[in-house]
Amino acid sequence: MAALQRLQPVSHVAVSGGTHGNEMSGIYLVKHWLREPSALQRDSFSATPFLANPLAIERCVRYVGRDLNRTFTKQFLNSKATQDEPYEVQRARKINQLYGPKGSAQAFDFLFELHNTTANVGACLIASVQDNLLPMHMCHFIQTHCTLGHYPILLYNLPDQEAYSISSVAKHGLAFELGPQPQGVLRADLLTQMGALVACALDFIDLFNKGTTFPAFETEAYRFIGSVDYPRHPDGELCASVHSKLQDKDFLPLRPGDPIFQTFSGEEILYQGHATIYPVFINEAAYYEKKIAFNKTEKCSLSIPALQRE
Amino acid sequence: MTSCSVVLEAPVQRVAIFGGTHGNELSGVFLVKHWQKNGAEIQRSGLQVTPFITNPRAVKKCTRYIDCDLNRVFDPDNLGRKVMEDIPYEVRKAQEINNLFGPKGSDVAYDLIFDLHNTTSNMGGTLILENSGNDFIMQMFHYIKNALAPESCPVFLIEHPNLKYATTRSIAKHPVGVEVGPQPQGVLRADILDKMRKIIKHGLDFVRIFNEGEEFPPCTIEVYRIIEKVDYPRNKNDDIIAIIHPCLQDQDWQPLNKGDPVFLTCDGETIAYEGDSTVYPTFVNEAAYYEKKQAFVKTVKVKLTAKGLRSSSS
Repeated sequence: MAALQRLQPVSHVAVSGGTHGNEMSGIYLVKHWLREPSALQRDSFSATPFLANPLAIERCVRYVGRDLNRTFTKQFLNSKATQDEPYEVQRARKINQLYGPKGSAQAFDFLFELHNTTANVGACLIASVQDNLLPMHMCHFIQTHCTLGHYPILLYNLPDQEAYSISSVAKHGLAFELGPQPQGVLRADLLTQMGALVACALDFIDLFNKGTTFPAFETEAYRFIGSVDYPRHPDGELCASVHSKLQDKDFLPLRPGDPIFQTFSGEEILYQGHATIYPVFINEAAYYEKKIAFNKTEKCSLSIPALQRE
Repeated sequence: MTSCSVVLEAPVQRVAIFGGTHGNELSGVFLVKHWQKNGAEIQRSGLQVTPFITNPRAVKKCTRYIDCDLNRVFDPDNLGRKVMEDIPYEVRKAQEINNLFGPKGSDVAYDLIFDLHNTTSNMGGTLILENSGNDFIMQMFHYIKNALAPESCPVFLIEHPNLKYATTRSIAKHPVGVEVGPQPQGVLRADILDKMRKIIKHGLDFVRIFNEGEEFPPCTIEVYRIIEKVDYPRNKNDDIIAIIHPCLQDQDWQPLNKGDPVFLTCDGETIAYEGDSTVYPTFVNEAAYYEKKQAFVKTVKVKLTAKGLRSSSS
C-alpha cells in the first residue's frame, strides 16, 4: 500500500444543480440554497450553489442545443466563440471561467454535480477514473456515515478518455446520481436523500480541512466498459424494449445468456457478451437518443492510500 | 330479463386506437407503430380497427406537444377555427383528426376510440370515462375489470362542469381513455406496455362479443369521480415551495383523510389535508401537470349503474 498522501486544504467548493434542466432534485435544492445558504456552510469553508443550465431549467428540458454534461472537454472549452454555436457551449465556457479553468491552479478545489435518472440506480456516487484520491475518500466516508442507503461507486469514463462532465472543471469532483425519478418530477424521498448526501460530503471536507487523517482502505467500484443499444429497425426505430427481467436491475450481475430485450412480437433477446457484467443506467430516458439501452460496468477493487491535508 | 331494461346500442363497426397524443408517452406510440406494421393482434371479425399516431411531430421530438396540448383542443372553438399561418400545430392536427375520425357529434364519426396514455403517477392501469350516461362504455369497463381481476383497474370519471376537458378521443361516439403508469416520459417499460396491451385486448374482445349479439345484464361499477384539482403551494414568484409528501407519493386511489400529510415544505414541515370528508387522490405528481398547476386531483368514490346492453342488430 502506498504511503500517506497529502493534498492541499479544500477551500473553494461549488455545488451545481440543473446541469440537465429536467433533473429536478438538484434544481430544487440549489434554488433553495440560493435563498438560504446556511446548509452549505461549514467551519472551514462555504460551498457555492449554482444552476448550471438556466435556459434548459426554464424550459424543463435536458438541454437546449447540446448536452451540457458532454461539453466540458478541452475541445469545447478552448474553442473560439461563434454566432451559431449551441447555447451549452457558451455556458460551458462561462462555467469554466467561473469555477475553472479546467486543469489550472486557479480552478475550484471541488465541484459537486447533482443528477437524477429514470434508471433504478438508487443513489450512486460517480467519479472520473483519473481523479481517485480525494473523491474516493469522500465516497468511503459517505458509505460509512450516511446511513439512509447503499451507495455504489461508479467510475464513468474509460481509462484513456478525458473526463467530460461539469465536475471536471474543478480540481476534484463528484456526481450524485439518484433514481428512479421521471424527468420533470420532484420526489420527496430522493430530495431528502440528495440533501443528506451533500451534507455528508461537506462534513467530510470540513474534517479533511481540520487535519483528520483518513486511513487507507480497499473499496469496490463499478468501472464503465461500454454500452449496449436497443435492437432497432433499419430506420432507427426501436423494435424491442428492455426485458422485464433486466428492468430495474441496475448494479446486479448480468450473465451471458440472460434476457436483455423483448420485441413487440414477444421474442426474447439474450445477452451475447462473454463475461458477467454489471449493467447501470438501464432504460434511462435521455439515453435513447445516445443509442444506449444500458451501460456495462465491471466490478473492480481499488486500494486507496491514507490521506491528510498538507 | 325484460326488454325495457336493456339498451339497444348500434353495432360497433369502426374503431380507432390512438397513440402519441402526447409524444413522450411511449407505450401507446410503440404499440400503435407495431400494430401499423403487424395488426393481427387487434383485428376482430366484423370490425375495422385503425391504429393511428395523432401527434407525429411531438412523437418525433419525444415531447408532450409542439405548441399546445393536443388533448385539450377538441372543443368546438378550436375545431371550427380558421386555419391561418400561425395556427398552433396541435389545433391544425385536431382539425385533421376530426375530419378523419369525426366529425365530432355527427352520425359518421367513428364508433369507438381508445386513446393510449402514460402517466408518471402510480395509477396502475386506469380507464377514463367521460360520461356517466354511456352504458356501452360502462359495460365495457365492467367487462375489462372482470377480465383483469384480481389486478385492480380503477375507473376515473372526468365528468365535471368545468374540469372536464375536450379530449382527442371525444370525437368518437364512445371515447375510452387508457392511462397506465407509473412510467417516466420518454421511457418504454415492458411491464407497462404489457398492461396496456391487455386492456386493449379485453376492450376489443368486448366489442366483438357485443357485436355477436351477447346481452350484458345491468351492472354496477365503482368509479372515482373528479371533484377538484389541487396545486402545489407557491410563493409570490410562483415558485413551488412544497412538494408532494412522501406519505402521499405513489398513493393514487388510496383514501386521504383529514390530517393526513399532503405536502412537505423546504424547511421540512408537513402540510396536512384539511377537508372533512375522505377523498381519493389521483394523478399524484404527474410531470406534465406542474405547468398546469396540478399536484394531484381529488376524487370521490361513486357507484354507477349501467343498464343492460345488447346490439340493435341482434
